[in-house]
Parts: sequence; C-alpha cells; structure tokens
Amino acid sequence: MTNTIAVQMSGVVKRFPGVVANDGVEFELRRGEVHALLGENGAGKSTLSNILTGLYRPDEGTIELNGAPVSFSSPRDALNAGIGMVHQHFRLVETFSVAENVVLGNPDTAFLLDTAAINERVKELAARYDMAVDPEARIWQLSVGEQQRVEILKVLYRGAQVLILDEPTAVLTPIEADALFRTLRAMTAEGRTVIFISHKLDEVMAVSDRITVLRGGRTVGTVDTSTTNKRDLASMMVGRNVEFTRVQRKTPAQANDIVLHVENLGGHDDRGRDALHGITLTVGRGEIVGIAGVAGNGQRELAEVIAGMRHATTGSVSVEGKILQSGKARAAIAGGVAHVPEDRLHTGLAAGHSVEDNLALKSYRSSLLSRFGLLRRQAMRDGAVDLVERYDVKTPSTQTAVRLLSGGNVQKVLLAREFSTDPKVLIAASPTRGLDVGAIESVRERLVEAADSGLGVLLISEDLDEIMSLADRIAVIYEGRIVAVIPADKADRETIGLLMGGSHLEATS
Amino acid sequence: MKSPVRLERRLEQPKWLNWAIPVISLLGALAVGAIVLLLTGKNPIDVYQRIFERGFLSTRALTGTLRTATPFAFTGLCAAAAFRLGVINIGGEGQLYMGAIGASYVGLVMGNSYPVGIVIIAMVFAGMIFGGMYAGFVGLLRAQFNTNEIITSLMMNYIAGIVLNYLIFNSLSYWRDPRSAGFPSGKPLDKRAFWPSYEIGGVGISFGLILAAFVAIAVWVLYKRSRFGFEIGVIADSPRAARYIGIRTKTTIVVVTALSGALAGIGGASQVGDFTHYLDAKGLQLNSFGYTGIVVAALARLNPLGAIVVAILLGGLTNAGYSLQGPDFPSGLVGTLQGLILFTAVAGEILMKYRVKRNTAAKKATVAL
Repeated sequence: MTNTIAVQMSGVVKRFPGVVANDGVEFELRRGEVHALLGENGAGKSTLSNILTGLYRPDEGTIELNGAPVSFSSPRDALNAGIGMVHQHFRLVETFSVAENVVLGNPDTAFLLDTAAINERVKELAARYDMAVDPEARIWQLSVGEQQRVEILKVLYRGAQVLILDEPTAVLTPIEADALFRTLRAMTAEGRTVIFISHKLDEVMAVSDRITVLRGGRTVGTVDTSTTNKRDLASMMVGRNVEFTRVQRKTPAQANDIVLHVENLGGHDDRGRDALHGITLTVGRGEIVGIAGVAGNGQRELAEVIAGMRHATTGSVSVEGKILQSGKARAAIAGGVAHVPEDRLHTGLAAGHSVEDNLALKSYRSSLLSRFGLLRRQAMRDGAVDLVERYDVKTPSTQTAVRLLSGGNVQKVLLAREFSTDPKVLIAASPTRGLDVGAIESVRERLVEAADSGLGVLLISEDLDEIMSLADRIAVIYEGRIVAVIPADKADRETIGLLMGGSHLEATS
Repeated sequence: MKSPVRLERRLEQPKWLNWAIPVISLLGALAVGAIVLLLTGKNPIDVYQRIFERGFLSTRALTGTLRTATPFAFTGLCAAAAFRLGVINIGGEGQLYMGAIGASYVGLVMGNSYPVGIVIIAMVFAGMIFGGMYAGFVGLLRAQFNTNEIITSLMMNYIAGIVLNYLIFNSLSYWRDPRSAGFPSGKPLDKRAFWPSYEIGGVGISFGLILAAFVAIAVWVLYKRSRFGFEIGVIADSPRAARYIGIRTKTTIVVVTALSGALAGIGGASQVGDFTHYLDAKGLQLNSFGYTGIVVAALARLNPLGAIVVAILLGGLTNAGYSLQGPDFPSGLVGTLQGLILFTAVAGEILMKYRVKRNTAAKKATVAL
C-alpha cells in the first residue's frame, strides 16, 4: 500500500519575470507517507505546492495523480481531485463558527444549512484525527493552534487525500506542534498523504518518512528520513561546493571599539507576540556583522527596534555608548543609526514622492533644509542633484517619483540618503534582495566602503553567500534568539545551515 | 465578456491634466444632466443658458453667487484639508453648525462692549475653535481607535443639527431670542458684531469670502511649502515610511482633522457675522453647505486655491437654482447637477492616474492562455 505513488511531478518548470522559481523539479509522493519538503527561502517550495494545488500552472513538466496525468486550472480543481492545502496564514472568517468555516465554499452544501448534521460530521472528523475543537465555537475565540485544526478540518471535510501543510509549526507552541504531529500520523495511518513544508531540521527529522530537498528551484535529492541526519540535510539545503571569495577590506574591522551595543533586547511582532528574546550583540567600528537566519525569525523586529520604529520590551540599544530612547525613530536617526529596511519602496521611501523629497526624508527638519517650519526647496533641490550625481542614480530628474525608478536605482536613492545623514551605524536588511547582478555588486561595494570608512554595519540577510563574503562575524538568529556568533573565517555553511534550522552545534558534532 | 477598453496606469501625470480633468468632469456632468432634462421634457440648452444668466451675468446675480460661494469655500477647504491626509472628513456640515454656534455666542457676549475689529476676530476664532474641537474628536477616535471617520463625522453632523434645534427651538438658551414668541429664532447680534462687506463695480463681496481667499493661500502654503505639510504628504503616501522616519502620525491626524473642522467653523462664523446676524437654526440646515463642500474639494482636486474658484462656480449654480425655482425649473435640479458633478469629478480622478486604451492586445493574451 505505501509503495503506490500518489503524486508524481516531473520536470516542473515555473518562470516568473526575472526569476525561475522551479527549474526542473522532480517530486514523488507515496501514498500514506509524511513527505517533508525542505529548503531555504526562495528554494521553490511554495511555488511547487502552488502548482500542485492549482494556483499556478507549470510552464513545463507533468503532474500525475494516482498514475493519471492531471492539469488543474484552479485550487477548486485540485481540491476536487483530492489535494488540499493548509496555508500558513489562515483563511478563516473570524465571526463564523468552526462548522460554518468548514463548509464555507463547499459546493455540495445545501442552500439552507443543516447545522446539526454539519456539527456532528465535524465533531466526528475532529475526533477521528485527535483534534479537539468545538464545532460551534467562533473562530475569534480560538487559539492559533485550534484555528489551524479548523483549516485542516476544512480540507479533510472536502475529502482531501493529499494534504499540503505550509510551515504549519511556525505559529504553534511546542505542545501544539506535538499534537499536530499525532494528527498527521493518524491521517497517514488511514492512507492519506501529507506534504510537510518546513525549514526546521529537527521537526522534519521527527515527523517525516521521506524528505525532498530543494535548492535554487531544483531538486537536490530525496532521502529516507531513517537513513539521513541533520548535518547531511543542512549541507543539501545550503549547498556545499559553492565557491565564494571573501571581500578584501582596506581597513580592518576593530571589533573591540564598539559602536553598536545591543543588550538583552526583547520586542514584539506586529501581533504583539514576543519576537525577540534577550538579544545581545555588538558591532565594532568598521566591522560588518552578518545576521544569518531563515526569514521570520525576528530579523525584521530586531532591525526595527534598533532603528526606533518599534519599542523594546526589555534591554537597550546604544550607539557609541549612548543609550537610544526606545521606540523613537527620530532619536535613533539623531543618534547615528542609518537603516535600510527590507521593504525599501514603502517603508524606506515614500514611493509616490519625488527623488528630491525622498533624499530629504531624514533631513528635512534640519536648519539646512527648513526654516521657521517652512521648507527650503532650493536647498533640497541642490542637495538632491548633488546626491544623485555622487551615487550615480539613474533618474530622468530629481522630480521623478521614486516608484518609477528601477529596483537598483531605488536602492541607490535609499543608500544615498542614509549615508548623507552621517551615520555611525548602518542596519541593512536584505539590501540586495530582488536586485539584478550589477546592482547587487554596487550595493555590496557601498556596504564595504561604509565599513572601511568606520561605520559599524549590521547586515541582515537570508542570502548566506552574501553574509559569508561580506561579514567579519556571523551571528545566527533562530526564533528570536542569537544562537551563535562565529568569526567569518571560521564559519562553514554546514554549521550555519544547521544553526539556521534550529539545531544546536553540540547535538550534531 | 471582455470590455472593449482597458485602463493603463499613467507613469507620469502631465501638468495640463490638473485643469483639463475638472473641466471635462464638469462638461460630463452637464451632458448627463442634459439627458435628465430631456427626459423631463425640458430644453437643456435653454435651461443651462438661464442658469448661467442668473448665476453670473448681472451684478445682482454675482452678488448672490458670491454670497452662496462663501460657505462653500470654507467647507470646500475643510474637505480638501482632511482628504489630503487621507482622512475623509465629511463632517463639514456639523462643524459649520458648531462654528456658527460658537461665533454667535461670542458675538452676542462681546457685541455691545468691545470694538468692532476685536469682536470680528473673536468670532472668527470662536468659529475655528468650536468647529475644530468638534472635528478633533473625530480625528482622535480615528487616531486612537482606528474608527472609520466617514461614519463618525457623518453621525456627528446629525448630532450638531440636534444641538442647533435644541438651542433655538427646544430650550430657553442664551442663543434664543426671548422676544420671539410665536416662531422661535436666534437672538439678533449687535451691529458691532456685523462683518463688513465691500462693493466692487456694484458687486457685493463679503468679508468672509475675502477671508476665505486668504485662508486658502495659507492652507496652500501649509501643504505645499511647510515641514508639517511635507509630513502630511508622507503619511498620505506611505504610513510605514512615516513610521520609519518617526513622524507622529496619530498627532498629525488629530491636528489635521481639527484644522479641517476649524475651516468649516469659520464658514459657520461667516454665516452669522456676514449674512444672518443671528443663529439661524433652520437656515443653516436647509442648505447642506458641508456636503456641497465635498463636491467643491473633489472638483478642485483638493487644491485649496482651486477650491475658491470651484466654490464660486457652484455658488453660481446654486444661486441660479434659488432664483429660477418654479414650475418650469424643478428645485431638485441643482442638487442633481451637484451630484453628477461629484460623480464625474471622482471618475475624473481615475483619468488622472490611468489612461484609457482600446483592448486589442489583451484579447490576444486571453486566447494565448
């Protein structure tokens, strides 16, 4: 039974403008297994599952379901064929009951709901798979773990045989995660099949039967969980043989001359949950410290707390020994913190405003650019013309709206402005993401120049190559904690990959 | 199924569109209005010609037009000031009532004991404070609890109307004239609280309208040239960018909403000081000055200087409506035209951002899929 193939995907290619998200992926799913799909951000996991659930159509390649070729044109098609997806971000109507959410969108539902029968059916399904949830409860009353159960019930109710769970444990507590694993076991025992998308090595080892690793849109390989280990998986995930060269620095970093000191820092995410747990780290003069980690482990919150956009719940941030007032962006700017946020166009810049306005975004209050509350437009214009020239921004004029510029030029405007504020510390979050090769090169040069000129640079990036080639020291962040700080010349990809996946050094070495 | 045209986002917005779009919107509204007139058996050209004559073509017509335009200018500025921040304050109506209440109180108290200039200035400020605080409450709710200001400001219009009625009809308040035994009305102001009016070439111009012009210039400078205006622009464009550079977004929302209400409040003060010279509870509520202000702001594309021009235009239309009203000129016509103007002005905003293209390429793409 377990050896019959449920899903076979071969040669799957999916291109998006400028990116090949899936580049000939091979994927085989056996009925009744928990199959983990492992890979870094951007490895192509989401694209692959979106193809399988009918959200995207592959440009090339075939999908076979139980041996017969299929082609889905919508998620509904896929669901009718028995493939259901449990999304990371729930799609539930908060004011509806559990049962109502479960039958929502179900074409077989009668015009008038037979509430009692539906409740009974939902209760029965929930009991069968060990998912305690009250069918009559309203969604808003439920915990995140319970809401996830409702999502799972939704696809089970529709009769899904193959369930895809996209990073299901990201929102769960450890106890809830264990309960989820039991549910998955109960489902596979009945012959249902589970695709489990994750980048956490420990839980992949704990829950799966087989593992397929994706990297850069290609299948690296499929292995039996019983015959592999975390170290091998980590190296499959991040790649072993990539050559990278450390950038040559003109002035050596002075790690002991601390410019940025983050001490026991805590902070909330947008939903008010703790996202940072006692983060302590330092950046020296002229030093580039890389923060490596899978997205969503507290990087954005860390950057925003340092930049004063977010309150610290514990601890402090100091620049050159002076403690910055928490939650005050202006205090951070005045204290010498430059910040390149990951969302450049809508956080770092006001996209509908001109290049001139954006270049003045942090200095318009200075006496140089305004007097008696009125802007000195001529000074703003002169400053903009000067910066556009010095940073080689390609723009029709300084009056052009920033949203009309190319990605590389957008980043140049942002960097030009940040350096123009004469900072002591630069926080750069994913500064090269989405840029073309030439722009990536020029941004990296700017970062190195900044460090050479004595700035302390905190480089937050999901691109391990970038961190390995630029950083002097590498700090790994996992679930809001710095789990290790390693000098770059002693770091290897495997170790960092393991740490990023939540495994501790001593557990594997 | 496919529409024969599609909208394509404009990369740049040419400057000439700034005036072309409102003109086209206005003509579009008149064209649709013509259909309505034809359906009711009227000759649209004839009707429009009479509106134009009664609105603009004599000194008497112009005097009336400018009188009607005065409150429109203030409520138009009120709407424009808030809309620019993305706060849809449609409470200009209630804020104008409140301004009238505040200004008439000050006028009654100070009218017979202080010099003229002081009384007028005090009335203007009273109007601003009353209107501003009334709107500030809406801003506070929006900033603090993220309530929908469209709903709160609209509801507060009704409250303001009830307060007006209470003061004049349902209580023996300070505002009510104790001598008005039969039909209750507001206590008349002392002559010294009357705002001056000027005459140029036989056309009467109220002090309020001149004040509106200066206020429009001040609002223009505030939005286009000041640091505060720069911050308002950033908040409207990208709230996240505003947070990134440490702008106090909540405070700004409260201040701008209050400022917007203060502008409508001066409109209320001007009604009392310029024209009625007592708190006219019925008259204020008959004219929907606040709602017309939304049309003014939309057609002026939120430009404060444009709001003055548009206010005079709509003032003419409304004024002509008053004098032409009769069996062959239904009273609802002016309201219909104003509604159509708002409709076409909002549609015109889409033409600002998008251009209309024939949908030939899209057809091919559908086939290819």
